[in-house]
Amino acid sequence: MSVTDNGVNVQALLDAREALKGAPEAAQFTWRASAKWENGVHSTTTIQNFFGLGKEQAHKTKTEFSADHPEVFAAEDNGITPIEYLLVGLASCLTAGVASVAQNRGIQLRSVESTVEGNHDIRGILGVDSDVRNGFNDVKVTFNIDADASKEDIQALVAQSQKRSAVFDALTNPTNVTVEVA
Amino acid sequence: MRSPTPQTSRSKSPEAGRAIEHVSTVVVGAGHAGLAASHFLSDRSIDHLVLERGEVANSWRHERWDSLRLLTPNWLNRLPGYSYQGPDPDGYLTMGEVVEFIEHFAVASRAPVRTCTSVGSVRREADGYLVSTSRGDIRCRAVVLASGACNVPTVPSFSAELPASVEQLTPFDYRGPDQVSDGGVLVVGASATGVQLAAELQRSGRQVILAVGEHVRLPRVYRGRDVLWWMDASGVWDQRYDEVDDLTRARRLPSPQLVGTPERSTLDLNALTALGVELVGRLATVRDGCALFSGGLRNVCSLADLKMRRLLAGFDEWARTTGRAVEVGPPEEYVPTVVADSTRLRLDLRGGEVGTVVWATGFRPDYGWLDVPVVDEKGRLRHEGGVLDSPGLYALGLPLLRRRRSTFLSGIEDDARAVIDHLARDFAVRRA
Repeated sequence: MSVTDNGVNVQALLDAREALKGAPEAAQFTWRASAKWENGVHSTTTIQNFFGLGKEQAHKTKTEFSADHPEVFAAEDNGITPIEYLLVGLASCLTAGVASVAQNRGIQLRSVESTVEGNHDIRGILGVDSDVRNGFNDVKVTFNIDADASKEDIQALVAQSQKRSAVFDALTNPTNVTVEVA
Repeated sequence: MRSPTPQTSRSKSPEAGRAIEHVSTVVVGAGHAGLAASHFLSDRSIDHLVLERGEVANSWRHERWDSLRLLTPNWLNRLPGYSYQGPDPDGYLTMGEVVEFIEHFAVASRAPVRTCTSVGSVRREADGYLVSTSRGDIRCRAVVLASGACNVPTVPSFSAELPASVEQLTPFDYRGPDQVSDGGVLVVGASATGVQLAAELQRSGRQVILAVGEHVRLPRVYRGRDVLWWMDASGVWDQRYDEVDDLTRARRLPSPQLVGTPERSTLDLNALTALGVELVGRLATVRDGCALFSGGLRNVCSLADLKMRRLLAGFDEWARTTGRAVEVGPPEEYVPTVVADSTRLRLDLRGGEVGTVVWATGFRPDYGWLDVPVVDEKGRLRHEGGVLDSPGLYALGLPLLRRRRSTFLSGIEDDARAVIDHLARDFAVRRA
């Protein structure tokens, strides 16, 4: 029998889970992004540092994200729309979850592809109708997975990846958000 | 020969100048677990007392709603040396009948129960424990904690944010629909408690909204047999606590969506939808007078559907490989849980649509009286199959204490035997 290798170090994750059981304070992370207005509705957001395991941490490299709005919004389209970044977050989080759960369950993946669609009624943000919300009305994710597993096992992978997903939780449950002027 | 009368003796307490009783073992609680412990202690001629804050089977008498019946069919109701002998082996006992069943067992096993005696504290002493009760102090060498797993209903902290106009009930307060004011009801939680109360309230003519988090879906009858027959016969219930993958999670699992009715009907979410109950996601919080529900309902339903199918496939496999398939009906399939395209994410609790919120959000044990450091940060006992990390201290009657069966009445016999064996061995070692 071949050894499952999806490139996920599940043992390290399981070890961390065990270690953090007795050390909840080390499990407290703070993720940070710094944004800067460019012009119009174009902004650049930079991410490099975060806090976790009791100290300051950094990604290997600094990453910059451009956000703008498309031309149909009368903008310059220097980057994707902010709400599309939520789709990036959801898709990448669920995909990471599928890979990790598959590794843990001994399921070899050959390909994992997904499409994420967020339905958005823009009358909300434009203030056309105050009964229409600003955010997504609903979000649909469709996975296409090729793996050494039954259809039912693949469904279970996808279900478990939602159960353990940070972004799925952040999108499906309310979060307290404070915005201040420094 | 049983020894019904404990050979207790009295001495003067140096501190209080008051008589202190001596007995080798104190059992806290005269429910099925405490009485089973007493049965095996008597078998071994270990003198003991069973302390009970109220009457025998007190929680079953006073902390359950009126329509509740046991989830296990009668033929599965076994206590040590005692089993159901009535005319309806496939039925489910009402609460009154459960009380009678446990009372009869107490009488049959001549358990030395001291009723109306509440325990104020249990403290470690040189070679045992000092148990302070409402009727005086008792010194003993061992204590068996059998005070139950469901002493206090758990209610989320944001319940304090609910508008005052909304009445809040826990399963301890709720007796039946008559006590609930007219108008809509939000039932929070979809374990056995939540689905039973949702169905009953909806049938009484009130519009029920059921907030559903992770849950355990089961059919009442599978292939012609009670689903708990399958659990019992196929060996699922025999799985030991040290064989379970994630024991913490397994011990915290919500009770399955089951109800005991004469019709042996299934009470899953599809059955509730058919009754007219509106399903919403897990209640995430209450903000500005509005209940906010999770948008993840579809996934918790998928998880429950998948787990049920896996369990039933395991039963099929067991029946096939053991030649039992001929005894039962053909394999059955169930439609996936139907979830509306768009479920409500928000409910204005000030709007009058809902007048009552019922918290079916679980229970926890209460060990406030236990002055021995054996309780974890979440208020649960740390134990290895009922043996606590304090010599002479034991627990019985908790979910998955030693086996999956432990959660149910019929699981107590093996658990109590094993725990009292350990206690007796410990006595023998200490004597040597």
